[in-house]
Amino acid sequence: MSVLVGTRKGLFAVDRTGTGANAGYGVVATEFLGAPVTAVLDDGRDGTTYAALDHGHFGVKLHRRDAGDAAFREVAVPEYPERPADATDVNPMSNQPVPWALQLLWTLAPGHVDQPGRLWAGTIPGGLFRSDDRGDKWELVRPLWDRPERAEWMGGGYDWGGIHSVSVDPRDPQSVLIGVSIGGVWHSDDDGATWELSTGLRNSYLPPDQAYLPGPQDPHRLDRCGADPDVVWCQHHNGVFRSTDAGRTFTEIEERPPSTFGFAVAAHPHDPATAWFVPAEADEQRIPVDGRMVVSRTRDGGESFEVLGRGLPDRHAYHLVYRHGLAVDSTGERLAMASTTGSLFVSDDAGDTWTHVTSGLPPVACVTWAD
Amino acid sequence: MAVLHFTRALQRHVDAPTEAVDGATVQAALDSYFTRHPEVRGYVVDERGMIRKHVAVFVGPDPIADRDTQSDPVGPETEIHVMQALSGG
Repeated sequence: MSVLVGTRKGLFAVDRTGTGANAGYGVVATEFLGAPVTAVLDDGRDGTTYAALDHGHFGVKLHRRDAGDAAFREVAVPEYPERPADATDVNPMSNQPVPWALQLLWTLAPGHVDQPGRLWAGTIPGGLFRSDDRGDKWELVRPLWDRPERAEWMGGGYDWGGIHSVSVDPRDPQSVLIGVSIGGVWHSDDDGATWELSTGLRNSYLPPDQAYLPGPQDPHRLDRCGADPDVVWCQHHNGVFRSTDAGRTFTEIEERPPSTFGFAVAAHPHDPATAWFVPAEADEQRIPVDGRMVVSRTRDGGESFEVLGRGLPDRHAYHLVYRHGLAVDSTGERLAMASTTGSLFVSDDAGDTWTHVTSGLPPVACVTWAD
Repeated sequence: MAVLHFTRALQRHVDAPTEAVDGATVQAALDSYFTRHPEVRGYVVDERGMIRKHVAVFVGPDPIADRDTQSDPVGPETEIHVMQALSGG
């Protein structure tokens, strides 16, 4: 069981090292040194590892490593169709035309266990793509791309709106849930042929009469409980929400100490009442509250939270954990968390205590456990 | 035949050897190269076939004028260089 860490300058594998008094975690392998790694997936269905790179000058690439292989090899990336001359989609803030070209591969998700080879990719600008051959070919999910609401999607931290969360219901391969920053939560029950916006999210960044519009919502990250797929947690730009109907409707959790701002959320794979968050001060101050790094855990469905900091830096710590920077393993006992200031923290006891593995990594975009 | 060279920065990611290519325009020269080395195409042009924003292409000493369709003419002895534009940081 290792942790894969995708950073601004490469992919790092972290595993247990040493024995006895020297036992701990350490970096055991590197890949793509120098290249930004924007998404990483360890596909538990067949043991394949995928890494998305953003070479900047030379574009976005996807690499795949088969189970048991030592090396990655490049596979295809999602491609957008040609922008029609009469297309009218523009960024509503900048008024610039939306480029129908891949800017960032933001998230990768496995398809249903009964769909071997099926992968989903969320991209910037605003694309949902699927592959049925492990990334050799990709197809844009056109019914979502063609929704008129897409023209209202705004960039959250990037110039263009994008899809950062994709979750397939383990009970139904046709049921797909996605999160768009900034464009709301959407669900499909027919493998992407039709889409509906989820409701119940609230924004505080638009005039009050627009607070509950389902479209202009900024879910920073969605994560679903594998054993009870009706339960979906959402860390939103200005709050925390939970769904008990597979992401159709959300209910706000108004109190989450020490703050309700943050990016990351991890749902317990077996216990629908447990989830972990990494709070930050606020939108305009994206640092830990009072410079103290903590994780907030609920074990009662969001009724209450424990603020966990044992082993985490407790003063003058200015880490920010991005939306894909927190991951729980398949047992629900081990957590990995990594920051934009290049620190990796691991917990073997569900967050009660943490080990500061390293502070020497490049800025971290994503972490995942590899079984 | 024109000779196509690729920046060392690209060689870190994909093997792109210097080769002589046919073609009366930059696009034709690139296409003939990409036919032989299809894995290089996506590093130089985007899915629309346009030169990537932070890639620079020189015909002799001059940057090409037509980055969208690369219609710039190529002579039989021309050296074409595919470089990393400093605009990308």
